[in-house]
Amino acid sequence: MKKKANINRKLCVACGCCMTACKKEAISIPHGIYAIVDLNKCVGCGMCVKKCPASVISLEVMSRE
Amino acid sequence: MNKKKWYDYLWIFSTTYLILGFFNILFAWLGMICFITPLMIALIKGNKAYCNRYCGRGQLFSLLGGHFGLSRKKDMPGWMRSTGFRYGFLIFFLTMFGIMLWNTYLVFAGTQELKQVVTLLWTFKLPWHWAYHGTLFSPGVAQFAFGFYSIMLTSTLLGLITMVLFKPRSWCVYCPMGTMTQTICKIKFRTKEDSKQCL
Repeated sequence: MKKKANINRKLCVACGCCMTACKKEAISIPHGIYAIVDLNKCVGCGMCVKKCPASVISLEVMSRE
Repeated sequence: MNKKKWYDYLWIFSTTYLILGFFNILFAWLGMICFITPLMIALIKGNKAYCNRYCGRGQLFSLLGGHFGLSRKKDMPGWMRSTGFRYGFLIFFLTMFGIMLWNTYLVFAGTQELKQVVTLLWTFKLPWHWAYHGTLFSPGVAQFAFGFYSIMLTSTLLGLITMVLFKPRSWCVYCPMGTMTQTICKIKFRTKEDSKQCL
């Protein structure tokens, strides 16, 4: 089972660091409130986890997988 | 690979802005762009495109902390990432901004003399007379420039400190503009959803 990026929406500051870091363009911040991960595009590389200044992203095994 | 866009170079604008303040303080007024643009985008478009794409300061921290390796790349302490700290810092920042506007008003009104100083971290007064060459307008115009540049330099310094200690863009976590625009987006989104439910 592959791990995917999971964002804590409550603590996300919507700065966009994860969006810039993601090579697969899997992250978007549509309403300026929190970042959303497109699980179909996410490859679980963890680049967003490293870049997130608020440390609110973790790699987790998604139940839908 | 993502191709570089024009807005990926806005860190040059931020750097130039800080440098210009050392030569002529009146350039500090240009910093209003960094205050008005994010608020306008949040109010009109309802997103944080400014933080996400156009923030030159954020790019500068990414560059220095990331490419130049000037960051320890460690997690920020939990309390600094908390909502309480973010909103607390926003309130503090707005209060200090208000005091700066009041001082500007006093100079405009003629009850206070122009102070040619840049106040760093709201405490340390640095002589800055060499960057003031007079103004065609009221000395209040220059007072605002000194006050505004103090805010910009202070926030850059705080950003640089947290960049070194934690992750490159740690400033983004407690940036008052970021907190303010996120709040505007939250309110805007909720109002939109509520009006949808009413239909």
